[in-house]
Parts: sequence; C-alpha cells; structure tokens
Amino acid sequence: MELIWQGTKQAILLLVRGDPEVLRIALLSLQVSGTATLLSLLVGIPLGTVLALTRFPGRNFAMSLVNTGMGLPPVVVGLFVSIFLWRSGPLGFLELLYTPTAIVIAQLVIAGPIVTGLTMTAVQQVNPRLRLQLVGLGASRLQVVWLLLKEARLPLLAAVMAGFGAVISEIGASIMVGGNIYRQTRVLTTATVLETSKGNFDMAIALSLLLLLLAFAVNWALTWIQQRGRAS
Amino acid sequence: MTAPILALEGVKVTYHGALVLDVPSFELQEGRTLAIIGPNGAGKSTLLRLLGLLEAPTEGRVLFRCRPVPPHGDLLSLRRRMASVFQEPLLTDGTVEENISLGLRLRQTDRAEVSRRLQDWMGTLGIRDLAKRRTRALSGGEAQRVSLARALVLEPEVFLLDEPFAALDPPTREGLLADLKVILSKRRITTVFVTHDRDEALALGDQVAVMIGGRILQIDVPERVFANPINEVVARFVGVETILPGHVRAVSDGLADVEVQGWTLQVAATLTPGERVLVCLRPEEVTLFPKGTTAALSSARNQLHGRVVRHLPTGPIYRVTIDCGVLLVAAVTRQSWEELGLADGVEVVASFKATAPHVIHRA
Repeated sequence: MELIWQGTKQAILLLVRGDPEVLRIALLSLQVSGTATLLSLLVGIPLGTVLALTRFPGRNFAMSLVNTGMGLPPVVVGLFVSIFLWRSGPLGFLELLYTPTAIVIAQLVIAGPIVTGLTMTAVQQVNPRLRLQLVGLGASRLQVVWLLLKEARLPLLAAVMAGFGAVISEIGASIMVGGNIYRQTRVLTTATVLETSKGNFDMAIALSLLLLLLAFAVNWALTWIQQRGRAS
Repeated sequence: MTAPILALEGVKVTYHGALVLDVPSFELQEGRTLAIIGPNGAGKSTLLRLLGLLEAPTEGRVLFRCRPVPPHGDLLSLRRRMASVFQEPLLTDGTVEENISLGLRLRQTDRAEVSRRLQDWMGTLGIRDLAKRRTRALSGGEAQRVSLARALVLEPEVFLLDEPFAALDPPTREGLLADLKVILSKRRITTVFVTHDRDEALALGDQVAVMIGGRILQIDVPERVFANPINEVVARFVGVETILPGHVRAVSDGLADVEVQGWTLQVAATLTPGERVLVCLRPEEVTLFPKGTTAALSSARNQLHGRVVRHLPTGPIYRVTIDCGVLLVAAVTRQSWEELGLADGVEVVASFKATAPHVIHRA
C-alpha cells in the first residue's frame, strides 16, 4: 500500500509541476492517436456507409472481414506493419519505421475497421424506408447519404469514441513500430511499461493517470455532444 | 380529354422471376385524384413506386408528360417535380419546421420562398403551432400531418400517397381524410392514393382503380366501380356480399327473369334468354320483414322466404345472413333489428327491387 500511496503522491506532484517529459509524452500520444483516429474516420465512415447502403457480390464477405478486423490484436498489426516498413520490406524505402508516422499507420489499421464496422451498424439502424422517402422528396444520391449519416450521428459518435479509445490505449503496435525511442516515439502506454519495468512507479502512475485523464476528457466531450443531440 | 400527365405502356415488373405487376396501359389525368384499391400484395405500392419514378419497370415504359422516362438515366430533375408520402411518417430528427422545409432545401429554394410556403402549408394543415416542436414529441396523427405538409410544400405536379392513414386511429384518420379531401380538390393537385380501405377510396377518389394480383381490373368513377363491378373478384372486393350464379329464362319490357337455385328473380337489365349471369346484391339493397307481416306493401319485385342463420353487429348496422335456399346478406340497422323482433332462426322475407342487383355476364 505504501508503494501505491507514495507513487500516487509523487505522480500528482509531477503532474502539478507540469513535468516537461510527462507533458511531451502526453502530447505525442494525443497527436499520434488523434491523427490515427481522424484518418480512420476519413476511411471508415465512407467505407462503412458504402457497405451499409449498397448491394454487390461479396458484400457479406467484406462485412465479415470488417467485423473480424474490429478485434485485430495490436501485436499482430504491429508485426505486419513492422515487416512492411522494415528496411528490406516492401515499404522500407520510406524509412518510416520507428517514427511517429509508423505508429499512426499501425493505429490506423487498428481503428479503421472499428470505425468502419460501427458506421456500418449505425447506418443500418436507420429505418431503411427513410431512404426511399428521401428519394421521394427529391434528394440526390449524395443528399440521401448525407441525411442518413445525419440521422445516424449519435451512434457515429460512439464509433469515434471506440476508435480513439482503442488506439490511445494500445501498446503492442506502438512499441513494435515506434520502438519507444526517448523524445521521439515514446507515448503514454510505452512509457508506462518502461517506467514500470525500471521500478519508477511514481512516473508510471503519473503517466497512467494522464492516460486515463486524456481518454476520459475526449470521451466526456464526445458524450456531451452526443447527449446534447438526444436531449434537445 | 387532355394528354395524361403520367402514363404506362406495356409495363411489367418481376421480382425473382415472379410477375408482381402487369399493366398494359394506364393514364393519369392532370388535376384528378385516383384512388388505387386492392388487397394486400396486389401490387399497389409497386405501381405507386413506378409512377413516382422510384423504381424502373422490368418491361415497358413510363411516360411523364408524354415523354418516355429513361429507365437508367438521371431522374433527379423529374423526381423533383413529384412528391411521395408513405404509411409511416418517416420524419427526420429535428423540428417540424426543419422537416417540412427539407425538400425545398434539397432543391436550394430561396429563403423567402421557403418561409412563404412553410407558413402557407402549415396553416393549411393546421400545424402552425407545432413549428418549433421536435419530431420525436409528435403524436401519430401530428407526425402524418407533418409528413403530408413536407410533400405538399413542394407543390408537386404529381402527389403520391401510399396508405398514409393505415396506421392512424379512426378519429384521427377521419379528421385528416376530410382535410386532405378539401386540400386536393381546392388546389387541384394530381394525386395517386393507394389504400386497401374502400371508404377512403370513396372519400378521396375522382376515380377508383381496383388492383388484384398485379393487374388493374377496373378503373372508373367510384360510383360505377362500386355499383357495377366488372367481375366477381372486383365485386367481392368492393363489398358485394351476395353473388348468385343463375341463367336468364325470359326477358320482357326490360325486365329479365333470372333463375337462381329454384327462385326466379326479376332483374332490370339488358339480357338475352339463356345467358349465364352472376346476380350481385349489396347488403344495403336487401330489406327484411318477419314472415307473415305485410311484406306485400313493399313495392319490391323480389321477395324470398328464408330464415336468419346468423347476424354480425358492426356498429349501428347488423349484417344479417338469411338462408333462402341461397344465402343472402342484408344490412339492417340495430333499431330495425329490434323493432322487427329479428333473431337467429326467425323466419323472414327478404326483398329487393328489380333495379337493385348488378348483373355480371358469365362465360
């Protein structure tokens, strides 16, 4: 108990003093996972919408792939992204391995299917007859899609939360493709592992608290937007 | 007659190989309301979707203002001259005002015009007070009024309604039906109205089309469709409960003697002796007297003796089935039922005028 107490006290002191190392790590985490989430929205929302609204041969197979992708183990993603970015790998010439960009790529692979899958479900939850009604009121194809997404905006926000939640908290991929390099690719999760292994519990607890705080703040903001839409 | 606003030529629709719609020709006249009636699964909604250009026929073509509609072309500009309303109100999340203005905003109508039409149509449909209300907080009847306003505000050249009252309770339905009737006739909006309810069709339609099994079997003014159905299937659907097969024995002075299972009925119709016919009788044309009363006072030419076998109270009207060797159905007010001392098993005389039956020729 003493260990936890002391660790927590030190951690709070670190946070209150605004320890530059802790802040740098937190900022990088936010940047990397924020970018990965944004990119996953750019890919996942259109893809999920297309899967939900169109019929084509192999659609069920594609949907199953997406659903399977929602549970991709980050270490597996880390492994394959590492292989691709390895110096002798197919994308080795880009020299991205052990950079924040590599982490963004890996996290995009993790969040992409989650956002796609949840978008698919969200759009399918909208009354299917509404589509015909919108066409019957003179909506163009793009207008129909826009209006359906607007109707599905509450579950879509849940997709954003789930995507961000998955990448801000994952470690396997970040450590494999980022390498946990001091001042370059060290993020909250990888740093926590490192500090714990060194026995620096105060630092580890400070980092974990910050991680929780960050996840909470982002989800609180999204929930607030979501519930405001519901209440009014 | 002017050129039709919408027409179908040789139209067939098949789903997975099954023929669901077969309409060799069809015309919709401008400014009129056509009610399409038929049982569930008759193809009414499919026909409506074809007319609204929401679905393309498997075969044949649709003409809008005499121009063939390209089956796979860009239909947006044509669709924007029409508007559809369905059984469910299908409102989007937001306020009533936002919903009603939706179609106009999709067309990028300028703001002043949007606001003018909003005021006009919300007033006409009596929903001005609901303007700022969220759609989730509306009752079924209010939501359907909003749905109607959302379509009417577009001032469409063709207005298509698919069972818009089917999910409403009777008082709400009647209120809305009465308002819609006034709106459609005052504004002369070309309307196609699909329903399985005969009363709604009678209330709204300038013309009624009876659809059964994917075909339009009869299309005419409502009075004629209901009084002179062209065949037994239509007759049954429009509420003729007594349909008796018989043959014409003799004809004199425009009166035909039709023999029906031992009875000779006198029918005012142009018939030839030996012809095989169906005698159709609506329940409201049959009058009942208890046996032994002065039925002779009745001027009705046809008087059949029989016995009440069952009665079914439907509101203030009782539907009474009488076994006279043939089964007849009569509609009797509850008051008459009681005053005449009628009951199941009571012997009665069923009478009807020679002009009452409608006769269908049999092959």
